[in-house]
Amino acid sequence: MRRHHATASIARHIVLSAGGLLMTLPFIYMVSTSFKDQAYVLSYPPQLIPEPATIANYVRVWLTQDFGRYFVNSLVVAALSTAGSVLVSAMMAYAFARFRFAGRTLLFRVLLLGLMVPAMMLIIPQFVLAKSLNLLDNLQGLIVFYIAGSLALNTFLLRAFFEGIPIELEEAMEVDGANPWQRFTRLMLPLSTPALATTTIFTFLGCWDEFAWAATSINTPTNRTLPVAIRLFQGQNATQWGLVFAASTIAIIPVIAVFFAFQRYFVQGLTTGALKG
Amino acid sequence: MYVCFIGLPMIRAAQISLFHWNVMLPQRSVFVGLGNYSKAFADPIFWQALSNSGLYMLLTVPPQIVIGLGVAMLLKRRSPAQPVYRFLFYLPVVTSWVVVSLLFKYLFADQGVINWLLTLGRADAVPISWLSGRFTAMVAICALGIWKGVGWSMMIFLAALQGVPVVLEEAAEMDGANRWQKFLVVTLPAIWPAMAFVLIMLVIGGFNVFISVLLMTGGGPAQQTEVLLTYMYNVAFGNLDFGYGSAIAMLLTVLVFILAVIQMKAFRTEQGAQ
Repeated sequence: MRRHHATASIARHIVLSAGGLLMTLPFIYMVSTSFKDQAYVLSYPPQLIPEPATIANYVRVWLTQDFGRYFVNSLVVAALSTAGSVLVSAMMAYAFARFRFAGRTLLFRVLLLGLMVPAMMLIIPQFVLAKSLNLLDNLQGLIVFYIAGSLALNTFLLRAFFEGIPIELEEAMEVDGANPWQRFTRLMLPLSTPALATTTIFTFLGCWDEFAWAATSINTPTNRTLPVAIRLFQGQNATQWGLVFAASTIAIIPVIAVFFAFQRYFVQGLTTGALKG
Repeated sequence: MYVCFIGLPMIRAAQISLFHWNVMLPQRSVFVGLGNYSKAFADPIFWQALSNSGLYMLLTVPPQIVIGLGVAMLLKRRSPAQPVYRFLFYLPVVTSWVVVSLLFKYLFADQGVINWLLTLGRADAVPISWLSGRFTAMVAICALGIWKGVGWSMMIFLAALQGVPVVLEEAAEMDGANRWQKFLVVTLPAIWPAMAFVLIMLVIGGFNVFISVLLMTGGGPAQQTEVLLTYMYNVAFGNLDFGYGSAIAMLLTVLVFILAVIQMKAFRTEQGAQ
């Protein structure tokens, strides 16, 4: 019986490792290609370890492609959008969780509808709207629409968390003379750090990776964000795969770092959506 | 603000779809009623795009559920290796669609790694030109979809599995149930809500495939791999036909909505029956 158990365990690990390898090999190969000279990127047989290895792609990406600028654009847009979105959705979530007001149910329904309608469906009317508001082809435009686009999900997640906080705590503060704003900032927000962390991470990564709206809205080269820039590298003349993947590697390092550092919150955020939704 | 940037566009989408929209001078747009919708129903490329979206959904959803659940079952027992595997399987989920789409385009290139693997040891084998035929291209696009999505369903199933009461499983074991019976009788009913959630989200997601198709084939060759969203995008921002593009978007929204409602109903009656 025990031997049977050990064999099963080994088989389990073999299957899992094979799967894990399948998941990561494309990335490893991508990083490998980013160190290859253009002559070797599609060589036959393919090289897993680049020979000769070169860092020329990284140097070229940074020096000749204005890549630093795109990196900063992405960072600024993602950071400001995240800050705005989490702040606004926290306030909305607090209102939904604690106050009765006219149209509360209706507004919440509209919000849920927003969760179901995917971003791509709205891209045409958003384009028309952005054009009339002068929000096309600039970073403000990206930020405004990223905030709007992430509000529904964030409000939904935060509301679920706020409702789980015992109302007695707030009532105690109210007796001590605290107004709603004080209760919100001194009680609810500090108690909700895990939920706030989850929404912050999800929103940040969502904005960092967003492609469709940025590609549609941005025309001026200096306003490009990373995904748009990477896509255009690929489009330029004969695809310089080494260059594309050097850029991609730089772009996904922050993502992997954030994911690695905050794994716990990912699991939490996903399951709130799944089990409470 | 939400109402302004999301709620308003929803209404605007419906509104624009009724016009022959003039991008430069919106006020000069001509009202065409349901003209854009009848145009869609008469458009062979629209039907092709719809069938491609449906095909993508059918080919990617079942594997994501089966593999995701399988991996979650294997990972269920807590061990030091669990977070490592979880991390590896979830890695493709967090990386951007742009990066992985280009990566798969490279892997499936005529002289790429996939062809090398397939022709390995066979000197006479002819490499497949994956991205230049409708069905081979769809295979490559679906492979990407599954590879990128498995980690997500795994994570949901894993969380659900950890909520299954151990007592129930032990009781089934005492009654002499084998693994398969235990899975069917105890585990599956316990994770049924998670199953419903994953299925609904994946079906919606399947119809929303966009970036991977846009970047890997651009809908080509000759619009054969066009899916609904790439077609909508090309119509709107390539031909600047906003009215027709909006009509396609509306049709897709309605379709996705109906599918979601049907699934929710189905799962609810299923649960009532149990």
